[in-house]
Amino acid sequence: MTALLHVDNISKRFGGFVALDGIELEVTPGERLGLIGPNGSGKSTLVNCICGTLQNETGSVVFDGQAIDGLAAHERTHRGVARSFQLPRPFHSMSLADNLRIPLLYTVRAREGMLHAHSDLEGRCHELLDMVGLLKKAKQMPRDLTQVEMRKLELARAVAAEPKLLIADESMAGLSHSEIEDILALLVQLNERGITIILIEHIMSAVMSFSQRLAVLVSGKKIADGKPEDVVRDPEVVRAYLGQ
Amino acid sequence: MGTIKFSLIAIAIGALFMAFAHWFQVDYLFFACYTILQFIVLATAWNILGGYCGYVNFGSAAFFAMGAYSSVALHKFDPQSFELCFTDSTCMTFHFLDWAFPLPIPVLIVISGIVSGIAGFGMGYLTLRLRGSFFAIATLALAVVLQTLVVNWDFVGGSRGAYIIRPDNLEFAGIQINYIEYLFALMLLLTVIALNTARIIERSQLGFGFATIRDDELAAEACGVPTLRLKLIATTLSGAFMGMAGAPFPYYIGYLQPASAFGLEYAVNSIAMPMIGGTTSWIGPLVGAVLLGSAQQYATVTISSAVNLLIVGLMLVAFVIIAPNGLVGLVQDRLRRRRS
Repeated sequence: MTALLHVDNISKRFGGFVALDGIELEVTPGERLGLIGPNGSGKSTLVNCICGTLQNETGSVVFDGQAIDGLAAHERTHRGVARSFQLPRPFHSMSLADNLRIPLLYTVRAREGMLHAHSDLEGRCHELLDMVGLLKKAKQMPRDLTQVEMRKLELARAVAAEPKLLIADESMAGLSHSEIEDILALLVQLNERGITIILIEHIMSAVMSFSQRLAVLVSGKKIADGKPEDVVRDPEVVRAYLGQ
Repeated sequence: MGTIKFSLIAIAIGALFMAFAHWFQVDYLFFACYTILQFIVLATAWNILGGYCGYVNFGSAAFFAMGAYSSVALHKFDPQSFELCFTDSTCMTFHFLDWAFPLPIPVLIVISGIVSGIAGFGMGYLTLRLRGSFFAIATLALAVVLQTLVVNWDFVGGSRGAYIIRPDNLEFAGIQINYIEYLFALMLLLTVIALNTARIIERSQLGFGFATIRDDELAAEACGVPTLRLKLIATTLSGAFMGMAGAPFPYYIGYLQPASAFGLEYAVNSIAMPMIGGTTSWIGPLVGAVLLGSAQQYATVTISSAVNLLIVGLMLVAFVIIAPNGLVGLVQDRLRRRRS
């Protein structure tokens, strides 16, 4: 099967610091990929390069058969790449429903024949809020939410853009065990609807139960890629995490 | 309320006022209220970029002056005596434009709007990669650069300034209209257009997009909002309206010099008025401009014109402490608290 996302040998430097060093990564449609690595290993930089927040200096990102290098972040969102942020970044001055309305207005409506009626838009907003269990708080502001609700809003907003690929950047950090279960169930549900997901996470139990495949970044290099159970036994991965 | 209904009500209020002032033969009322209307347009224009998008523009005076000086330049332009020479022998004359000059003020307003709109677009393109205070400083620098250019441009009077002799009356379809009433009516129309534009933006997809820029640009991009394009739309619109507010100014004041056109009061007022009224809705700049504008007019007549900026300063300090979200924000908070 052809890959949905093909990260082809990309590199990124910040001054003298090499954040990404020739990363190769392929994700097939419908896959659940876990991406792990110690702090500062370049996971978020890789996400930023895929999503267009940062531009890679060498190499190329191919999404859905087309190179998307040089495209602005919003253009990549239009093509079907969505992300959630490590620290939730809701639009503070808008209600939850309005937060979801933005990707619906600017991304989904920009596609042909989608959501042109006002009622369609409202309906979709409520559907998404219902999916993450925030329907009752539709009119509240983001400041009224708890941490886990904020993460759910962040995911709902990313999903609102109807992406082909969703990149969830540490969407479980700082949550309790039951809250992690909640988010995991939500991600699996999204995957079952056909969205390919890259999960970036430090919580190993969550990554292991979620991922079909696991890739490991260390110091800007990919050191392992394969079945989760094999990868965690890989001596190089063990050395990177535990030290030797 | 629909756009047409709102326009009709606004024009009716203005017309009622005009009839009142005309009846009592008080020209001063027109002079004073023209200034207030001009500040409503300036504050509304500033708010499109500053309030909706969160980009603080300190260069309002530059756009205002650009509008005013476009008028002066076109007023001074005489197609009979003006020629453009490429070489010694080939000169271009502009006699074919004789019928059009001097241009009527509505046309000047449109041209000034276009000139300042283009300048706004250019400024946006050059500076919008800057954020926060860096953007504010860049806009301030623009004002300084532009003032230097005007001071050294002899055609529009340079540092000496330019006199615009306007007639006392304007004849329109056989009816004599007092010139200041004519200017007031034009400014009233411009105010209605500016307020309507702000209202339409606020309720549209564009308004939602602007708000995402104010809240979080990175998240906005991730949601598919083309932030750079929206910011350029905002700077262009904002600049255009400021220029249009400045276009009739030389006719109003009669003598335009760089120091007055680029005056600090324009930059300060167009920030202070939305801040005092509230920046998140179109009502804010309107309320702020009426309140602060009237206070300034009152002070000008009763105390002195130099007290103006002192009033602005004191009110700004008071409002930052009492109502950081402006009057509109204060009222909204009260209502919300009462409901819950």
